[in-house]
Amino acid sequence: MASAEQTPAEYVTHHLQHLTYAGDKQFISLTAWHLDTLFFATILGLVFLTIFRIAAVKATSGVPGKLQNFVESIIEFVDNSVKDGFHGPRGFIAPLALTIFVWVFLWNCMDLLPVDLVPMIWAQVYGAMGHDPHHAYIRVVPSADMSATFALSLSVFILIFVYSFKGKGAGGFAKEFLTHPFGAKMLPANVLLNTVEYLARPLSLALRLFGNLYAGELIFILIALLPWWAQVIPGMGWMIFHILVVTLQAFIFMTLTIVYLSMAYEHH
Amino acid sequence: MQASIPSIVGQMIVFFIFVLFTMKYVWPPITKALEERRVRIAEGLAAAERGAASLKEASAKSDEALKAARVQAQEILAAANKQATQMIEQAKATATAEGEKIVEHANGEVARQVAHAKEELRKQVADLAVLGAARILKREVNASAHADILQDLAGRI
Repeated sequence: MASAEQTPAEYVTHHLQHLTYAGDKQFISLTAWHLDTLFFATILGLVFLTIFRIAAVKATSGVPGKLQNFVESIIEFVDNSVKDGFHGPRGFIAPLALTIFVWVFLWNCMDLLPVDLVPMIWAQVYGAMGHDPHHAYIRVVPSADMSATFALSLSVFILIFVYSFKGKGAGGFAKEFLTHPFGAKMLPANVLLNTVEYLARPLSLALRLFGNLYAGELIFILIALLPWWAQVIPGMGWMIFHILVVTLQAFIFMTLTIVYLSMAYEHH
Repeated sequence: MQASIPSIVGQMIVFFIFVLFTMKYVWPPITKALEERRVRIAEGLAAAERGAASLKEASAKSDEALKAARVQAQEILAAANKQATQMIEQAKATATAEGEKIVEHANGEVARQVAHAKEELRKQVADLAVLGAARILKREVNASAHADILQDLAGRI
């Protein structure tokens, strides 16, 4: 909710400021640390690992408990997705896909928290620490921060090369990069097209997730600007729609990762 | 809106640590449990199938035994019936023979009695004849002297 001394524009801007350590205000910053993103992403990752580790320790081949059922259903779902898309050793790529799916899902779920809940608490804490609460910036949705989504997509980008070299060898990769898809005579066109294609992958992967969640967060912020009696219907509608987006974007990120690594690993 | 390179690098490191943890400590135990359960379920299903097959076999065997027992019972019943009939026939035959024998015996007795009575009567007739003749002749006929005549008379009666 916008407080009395804030204009709507200030309210929105305030909500889109990261909690940073040092750093500049450049669009691509070489010095700023997004402490909020790093904090929430790590905490959510630890939540994921803790729950799944507990299930793994307790895992029996007998009658599974509720937690084990839940974890097993997710693992089987991910394993089947990997099986369908990737025909090679799954020892690394399946846990990778699981981590991406659950982690991104948890990131996205942060968007379902009330937009003002954590910022309000943080303003209190920040004020209590002797700072000006008006400058208490915090953003709770890691996937609405390009730093987080690009971290994932660049990791996948690196893995694309790793899997290319593993599947085809350096020579095979170079050959495909230079001669595919138009043949050796059209080498410059091939290089151009492949470069664009390779660069488009991490960009689209990161920006798709970021765009969806950033837009979702922004809509929630705008709904929060409405008078309280007008918030219920649009807030509920957007929330229900967003539950779909949250799951879908996590699934898309995982599936595209599998597809890219499969394309990298296999010969064409 | 800002993309921060240090955050990206830090996040990537965290991500790889998470993936490695998942790969080492999360994925293998759960997939192992899943695989083991799959094997156990397969074994259980196979055992159930074997049980069903042996049940079928046992029920077939018991059916067969029941059928055999029924046939045997039928045979025993038939033999008993036959024996009973035979015994009745035999008893009937014995009874008939016995009856015939009794009748025959009775007939013989009757015949003998009749003969005896006839003999008696003849003797009495002879005596009466002799008495009559003696009365007629007014003289005593010597019974012993005329015995042969009397005998002859008696025989004619």
